[in-house]
Amino acid sequence: MKFRAKIVDAACLNHFTRISNMMAKLAKTCTLRINPDKLNFILSDKVANGGVNMWCELEQENFFSEFQMEGVSAENNEIYVELTSENLSRALKTAQNARALKMKLTNKHFPCLTVSVELLSVSNSSRIVTHDIPIKVIPRKLWKDFQEPTVPDADVSIYLPVLKTMKSVVEKMKNISNHLIIEANLNGELNLKIETELVCVTTHFKDLGCPPLASESVSQDRNPEQMAEVCIDIKKLLQFLAGQQVNPTKALCNIVDKRIVHFDLLHEDVSLQYFIPALS
Amino acid sequence: MVFRDPWEQVLTSLGSNVQGTMPLLTQQIEADYDQYSLVASLDNVRNFSTILKAIHFQDHATCFATRNGIKVTVEKAKCVQANAFIQAGIFQEFMVHEESVTFRINLTVLLDCLSIFGSSPMPGTLTALRMCYQGYGYPLMLFLEEGGVVTVCKINTQEPEETLDFDFCSTNVINKIILQSEGLREAFSELDMTSEVLQITMSPDKPYFRLSTFGNAGSSHLDYPKDSDLMEAFHCNQTQINRYKISLLKPSTKALVLSCKVSIRTDNRGFLSLQYMIRNEDGQISFVEYYCCPDEVPESES
Repeated sequence: MKFRAKIVDAACLNHFTRISNMMAKLAKTCTLRINPDKLNFILSDKVANGGVNMWCELEQENFFSEFQMEGVSAENNEIYVELTSENLSRALKTAQNARALKMKLTNKHFPCLTVSVELLSVSNSSRIVTHDIPIKVIPRKLWKDFQEPTVPDADVSIYLPVLKTMKSVVEKMKNISNHLIIEANLNGELNLKIETELVCVTTHFKDLGCPPLASESVSQDRNPEQMAEVCIDIKKLLQFLAGQQVNPTKALCNIVDKRIVHFDLLHEDVSLQYFIPALS
Repeated sequence: MVFRDPWEQVLTSLGSNVQGTMPLLTQQIEADYDQYSLVASLDNVRNFSTILKAIHFQDHATCFATRNGIKVTVEKAKCVQANAFIQAGIFQEFMVHEESVTFRINLTVLLDCLSIFGSSPMPGTLTALRMCYQGYGYPLMLFLEEGGVVTVCKINTQEPEETLDFDFCSTNVINKIILQSEGLREAFSELDMTSEVLQITMSPDKPYFRLSTFGNAGSSHLDYPKDSDLMEAFHCNQTQINRYKISLLKPSTKALVLSCKVSIRTDNRGFLSLQYMIRNEDGQISFVEYYCCPDEVPESES
């Protein structure tokens, strides 16, 4: 099992830092999956913990100038490791204005993802800062828990409003209620609702636009006014929104009535999928 | 319930020409408003929410609306009362269909609703508010709008409770000082919180105006000279030394931080009135008032 990679381009380095910051906000620990073409950051919560799933995917060649890996075997040419996402984002904090960033798997008393940052100093001699991030290698038999989630056929698919507005609304709603109902229709309307004994609050977003649905039959039969709704844990939604520091290139919300809400985001060339199941 | 028109009292006591800054009611009122006993709308919700934050030290508040505006009252331990006065002129539209409208509401929830689009606004964006109340037993409805996004809040109202009447009458006022708030802000932020009480001395002679605390690390006294630049008015007739529980006065710091001037008055019973003048983003003025009763002094000490 081998992995070493290098980023030299400043824009790529910044982008990668942003992705790792987002991960740190979205998940305390995440699984990093490495294969010859892609890197994935994966969160797959147990149902007991809320059952949130996250799948973030980036093409290695868009980031790395050098990329070598050797999986556990020739036919399973992949590596799965678990790490504390904040450790990675903290290590990358030093990488601002760095000349290069190297990552590799090492074993220094314990398995590590070693991140070396090459910094330029005033005297023009370079300094290297190294972070050893402890990791847990995930054995082959557990890989099945970290496969790409299948995207369910949505009843309603709608573009998300400005995430900053949505975040401040959800933040205030969280002060009042633990659950939130997210509902949307094919007319481009999306509502966030909370209801408690004391107060009902509904925020209405409109004119959001809906992309054509994958399953044609559903979109043709469905009354455009009819809402599809999911009641979810407000904290999970807020965590997702708090993780979005930069506005994504594309942000889509797919709702399967009373079952799940699926957020599909594109940050330039990095895709992020976030699934929040309905509260039972 | 005794209700004296608070505006007249506050305005005269601060002696400023507030009336002149108030815009006139310009909005046309639609016919279907008849069903509401209170309708108020506002282009900038923060002109309302900021004032409410200044008295937010308890979860519940009593709202009292007349044609003149809204008074919101918060009380604690039957010893301290805070009133926020939001005059009708602050609102672009303000209608009260009955003589007066009273209800009790969860202030924490109300403030969360009012700031639903964020507490620190993006420059150039304003949140507009329309507030409607149909009367006893009905919820308070809020309609907030920012950039085409609308939030509707339905907050259940509660049985209004009798609020305390401190019977603080301007004719019984013995001593009165008006200070620029910055002068008191520093003092309040540095108060020795290990002291149980804040002792306020007001006197026509030295030390004129003194704040004292008696904490673990010893006593401290802060004197304001009569001719200080911070002192806008000084009317002290008789030396009064009164003690107030610091824990009761501390909440008034919220109002102090927002205010530009403060009027400090004590009456013949030693009751304290703190009136804060708060200027909003549009230059309009609202008032927040705190009443506090003096701490009982044990017989042996007095």
